[in-house]
Amino acid sequence: MKLQLMAQVNSFMAALVLIAAFAMLAQRKIKSLVALFAWQGLFLSINTAVVGLVAAKHHLYISSLLTLSLKVILLPYILHVLVARLKIRNEIETIVNIPTTMLIGIAIVIFSYHLTAPVREMSTLITRSTLAVALASVMIGLLMMITRKHAVTQIIGFLAMENGLFFAATSATYGMPLVVELGVALDVLIAAFIFGIFFFQISTTFDSLNVEQMKNLREDN
Amino acid sequence: MKPLRYILIEILQVFIVIAVAPAFSGWVDMLKCWSQGRTSAGVLQPYRDIAKLFVKNVVLAHNASWIFRFTPYLVFGTCVVVGSVIPIISMNLFLASSADIIVLIAVFATARFFTALAGMDIGTAFGGMGSSREMMIASLTEPAILMAIFTVSLAGRSTSLLHIVHAFASGALGLRPSIVFASTAFILVVIAEAGRIPVDNPSTHLELTMIHEAMILEYSGRHLALIQWGSMIRFFLFVTLGIACFLPWGIAATDNAGEVAISVFLMVIKLGVIGVVLVLIETGLAKMRLFRLTEFLGAAFLMATLGVISSIILE
Repeated sequence: MKLQLMAQVNSFMAALVLIAAFAMLAQRKIKSLVALFAWQGLFLSINTAVVGLVAAKHHLYISSLLTLSLKVILLPYILHVLVARLKIRNEIETIVNIPTTMLIGIAIVIFSYHLTAPVREMSTLITRSTLAVALASVMIGLLMMITRKHAVTQIIGFLAMENGLFFAATSATYGMPLVVELGVALDVLIAAFIFGIFFFQISTTFDSLNVEQMKNLREDN
Repeated sequence: MKPLRYILIEILQVFIVIAVAPAFSGWVDMLKCWSQGRTSAGVLQPYRDIAKLFVKNVVLAHNASWIFRFTPYLVFGTCVVVGSVIPIISMNLFLASSADIIVLIAVFATARFFTALAGMDIGTAFGGMGSSREMMIASLTEPAILMAIFTVSLAGRSTSLLHIVHAFASGALGLRPSIVFASTAFILVVIAEAGRIPVDNPSTHLELTMIHEAMILEYSGRHLALIQWGSMIRFFLFVTLGIACFLPWGIAATDNAGEVAISVFLMVIKLGVIGVVLVLIETGLAKMRLFRLTEFLGAAFLMATLGVISSIILE
């Protein structure tokens, strides 16, 4: 019975992670995008703690706390400061319009459901059904990186992809070993700092964070 | 004696729907006034409006056809029909098994179709504009609401509202992610269907932004009263439909009087809380440009579709 409830909480959190992914896909304003990213991290952290409780894997508690401090508090704070320092305007330019992007998102969810069907058949974990959602949120992060022109949005897409991977790890195998997770967390943190430096460089060189501008770097021939 | 009791509950419910709907609209308006720092006219203001309109004469255009005169009665009638089917105070409704949710949506669509025709009937510019906008919104909300309802039906294994309410109220369904998606979609659709703020502004006659108000601009007197009363009932019914689908706890399962009383009491509390939530959404948002609506309602459709998909993937 307890296991049943935990499985339900887990798939509920999976749904919320997916909602957050789609909300990020639909959101035009960078500040709300950062907030949504923080929410996704929060759902992820709760989910990790719940899975840790069900599977009695104590290292998942640590990685849940790590997610909470890193992805809910620190990274959104860094992004927020960046957005404020760089005085970024609200509207984000997209390559494909938003309703179309969301339809592509639905197609991605169905696709990843089919892709993970064999895994679902073979696995015995209670969290196995959420693997499709995890894969879908990785691919939606990728879709966000593809369809947005703004550098900050692309980074948020990248971080959302990392969220999806983390979710996949928790739902497919009850989490990676703690050493790996610590390593990944550190990598993401350092990546965020490097991105910050790059943003300043890009914005001083081009007066804009639109990556389209980088086409100017090409030599004329 | 049993059928008689069923009929009594049915009559009570229809009476409640007709009588309480303006009070609910009044409650929402009152909260909205408060949230904007204005003095409100009170919960009873819609009743006074309706009473005043019933006393006034009807002014009809010379070229008004039967559609124009017939529509107010049709709008009011369809609302009463739907109100007799949704389990609001009790699941033991005499007419509840006569129609499932899809039929209810179709009945609402009929009323909308005739309102749009009536808007074009006189031939004024605003009526036609309002009708075309209304139909554009309808074409976006109806797929979304049907998808949201399919999600609930998948969970309840039936499209009949009674079965769904039974399945949910018994608690056998537990925590379902698909319901989160479906209810989010449903809230967005209710906002659009009721013509509340990000979609339409019910309280202005600001020429270029109005949608529903533009269609009914030519109505006056008792026709206008019926249409406004009808749209209040419609708003009320969408909210109670949402309650029946997503928060059905407390709706009386038997026809015993005490349980029905508790159910009515809980319904009042739920409606009160939903009014607060709707007002918070409304005051937090600005009215959207018409062409941004495709995004808003596209999001509703997306949520509903995700609900259907996740009820397959996750459950």
